[in-house]
Amino acid sequence: MTKQKLVVIGNGMAGARVVEDILDRGGAKQFDIAMFGEEPTGNYNRILLSNVLNGSYKEEEIFLNPMEWYQEHNIRLHAGRKASGLLRRAKLVYGEDGVPEPYDKLIIATGSRAFIPPMEGTTIPAGGLKPGVFVFRTLEDCRQIAAWAKGNRTAAVIGGGLLGLEAARGLQNFGLDVHVVHLGGHLMQQQLDAGAGAILRSSMEALGIKVHLNKSTTAILGGENVLGLRFADGATLECDMVIISTGIRANWEIAAGCGLTVERGVVVDDQMRSVDDPNIYAVGEVAQHRGHMYGLVAPLWEQAKVVADHITGKNTRAAYHGSKVATKLKVMGVEVASMGIVDPQTPDDEVVQFSEPKRGTYKKLIIRDGRLVGGILLGDIGKAAYLMQAFDRNTPLPEERLQLLFDIGDPPKQVTFAEMSANTQVCNCNGVSKGTILACVTSGRRNARAVMDATRAGMGCGSCKSMVAEIVEWACGGETEEDPSVHSYVPGVPLTKPELIRAVLERNLKSVSAVFDLLAGGKEDAASKPGLASLLKVLWKAEYVDEKDARFVNERLHANIQKDGTFSVVPQMPGGITNPAQLRQIAFVAEKYHVPLVKLTGGQRIDLLGVRKDDLPKMWRDLDMPSGFAYGKSYRTCKSCVGSDFCRFGIGDSITLALKIEAEFQGFDSPHKMKLATAGCPRNCSEAMVKDLGAVAVEGGRWEIYIGGAAGSSIRKGDIMCVVDSHEEVLKYMGRFIQYYRENAKYLERTHGFVTRVGIDKIRAVVVEDSEGIADRLDREIAESKAAWADPWKNALLPANEGQFSSLLPVLQ
Amino acid sequence: MMTKGAEKKLGSVSAIPVGEARVFDVDGERVAVFRPRGGGIYAVQAECPHKGGPLADGLVGGTTLICPLHGWKFDLTTGAALFGECGLKTFPVRVDEDLVVLG
Repeated sequence: MTKQKLVVIGNGMAGARVVEDILDRGGAKQFDIAMFGEEPTGNYNRILLSNVLNGSYKEEEIFLNPMEWYQEHNIRLHAGRKASGLLRRAKLVYGEDGVPEPYDKLIIATGSRAFIPPMEGTTIPAGGLKPGVFVFRTLEDCRQIAAWAKGNRTAAVIGGGLLGLEAARGLQNFGLDVHVVHLGGHLMQQQLDAGAGAILRSSMEALGIKVHLNKSTTAILGGENVLGLRFADGATLECDMVIISTGIRANWEIAAGCGLTVERGVVVDDQMRSVDDPNIYAVGEVAQHRGHMYGLVAPLWEQAKVVADHITGKNTRAAYHGSKVATKLKVMGVEVASMGIVDPQTPDDEVVQFSEPKRGTYKKLIIRDGRLVGGILLGDIGKAAYLMQAFDRNTPLPEERLQLLFDIGDPPKQVTFAEMSANTQVCNCNGVSKGTILACVTSGRRNARAVMDATRAGMGCGSCKSMVAEIVEWACGGETEEDPSVHSYVPGVPLTKPELIRAVLERNLKSVSAVFDLLAGGKEDAASKPGLASLLKVLWKAEYVDEKDARFVNERLHANIQKDGTFSVVPQMPGGITNPAQLRQIAFVAEKYHVPLVKLTGGQRIDLLGVRKDDLPKMWRDLDMPSGFAYGKSYRTCKSCVGSDFCRFGIGDSITLALKIEAEFQGFDSPHKMKLATAGCPRNCSEAMVKDLGAVAVEGGRWEIYIGGAAGSSIRKGDIMCVVDSHEEVLKYMGRFIQYYRENAKYLERTHGFVTRVGIDKIRAVVVEDSEGIADRLDREIAESKAAWADPWKNALLPANEGQFSSLLPVLQ
Repeated sequence: MMTKGAEKKLGSVSAIPVGEARVFDVDGERVAVFRPRGGGIYAVQAECPHKGGPLADGLVGGTTLICPLHGWKFDLTTGAALFGECGLKTFPVRVDEDLVVLG
């Protein structure tokens, strides 16, 4: 098959992108491609030009398609050559040097140029702009502006739109005094309303840029060089250079010259073809679709896709339906998000607005029929992603408008369950969709526990559990069946935690099998075993009868199982403090046992990963360090910042405190893991405020004790339980809280869930004020647990039972 | 592979602690043998069909087995999946005197 000839006029972001998209669809087999580009280079990212001007990017960094790209793809690029003529009947495009390129299909992507309003003294008689007058559109403009700016003092930018402001910022970096002269009443009229514009103006002026509004420039003063500006009101402004940034005009001349319909741009249909000629497409800033012209990059990408789909025949029904314009940008360090209209257009349009000029914050939303039709965020754009999605998809907004502007408590549900599509993934750990949950409810499982058991939704990190429960409730129309196990400590024993504790103590049940025998009718439940083992250990301490089969593999083998069945070994290293001898020992062991990965953990310890089960006891013996319990539902470790020994900000000895904490609570079984930290000052370098328990030194020799922090699948800043005067008091109150948590939390309930459920006031009353008169007993329990601690690695060479660490046993015969 | 019909003496039943399991190499095939607290003895393939988890390190309650990696559940008596997409291969096994005999 002979190839068709495809000619693309324009080698900017639109032209090059559409060619890329065509090549992606196998277009190289269909088309012999030629391109005309007025600029002498490959295609670069024009959006980043202002960053080149301000020095944050180098020229070569903004290239999207360097010259080699064209060679690699056999594209004939006429670089630095403008297309000057188009003959539709002959199907020929001429370059300005007269070279013809015949075409079967043609794409016009000529983009636009700077619009220069009529002003006296803009040009010189010899032709071209007066020296010192620039537009800001190309890499070459950028170079010339930079060259001129060096050695000059004052610059005026005419036009207070986005590009003008970016140019102003770039020029400031050359040490110039910069003035922005704007015809309109506020800055960035395309994206902002008057209120936001005023705040932006203040922010810019605070940065040293002088803004002149409602100023119509009538003349650029000076004979050979720029001396200043004159305005319609007669005033003048002295300056050494002028950047004109007053908008763009589409480069439609070549299209109009051959009789194609042109209004503000080349008029195209939904396939981006000229309405007059099905072999000619137009894309990007030069195209006018359903009366709209787009100057942003996102619509351009959408258009390019449609052209590529259509021209290659990959999808002959591909159609462009216009774009909803939303943009996020940064002007002079001020973050801006803007979408749709900037002011209400009908009396029924609802406006939700917040303004805090002093902090440079402004938020405004325009809502029509419950849907977002426009929005401006300035300064704080934290809600931009959510709002832009709601705008783009036209989704209904929540009734409570306040939460559109601010995050209040939990993030708002973006859609109701009814609107949520069936394939929306609810559980991201186990990949369970809403549809799967619904099917499960339909099949007869009518409570959250049953659905979670059947689908595993919520059984990974657990952060979606409440959402799963809500979906089940919604699917059941609010009539869920009571789950008898919901109040039980573990599903397999029908007792609440207090009932279970009472029964265990009264009946002297010291092993998991005894609990099943006497409290569950002899019926063993696998999933309930680890929870029972944990609680029995808390209650009986040294007297607890450890049955290995009741423990999860990690606690059975004192190591953390990995995806390939190997284990990880983490020796104790409280406060993240180690020494050369210890490091040598760890290095020796890692080499001896061919440990494939040695990694620092988040808890400031060293993790030896990929250890074979059979090697575990030998490694522990060779390490000769205590277990770090990095595998258990237990106290894990206490990390620390440098504290007061070396840090010049440290006001409390966080290292010593961390060591004391570890010695006090090491190896404690608990409903879930407990990760701790101490910080020597409120800078919180060790993240103590988001730990299960944390201690933070504050001025005056005091320590704040935080509880219920989380920074895993849930994120929560801990609550301050109390502020105390000494290390010893930190240990005392932390211990009381830990014991209270161990006795009252559900199995696998982290401290953040527990603190939220019980409430910080209640916990403070019990632990600090001793409102229930149990403080002494809690302290005693802690002391007994501490005394019962034994390093599980110490007796590794005397295994709990034969073959405990054998991955494979030989066969007799 | 194990030859059909042939019996294998795996060793003393005391090598498997009550409630736990051990893995045996049977002519190159890895077989996990379980000894639940409620009595009986069961032999199944050693690796979970999901992602190869070591089933002998799993938790057993009654005759239900939970894989330690991602919680797939199986019935030891039949090998059927109670949670998960496919079941386990099972092997006939018995205790003869003190010896575990496969096949």
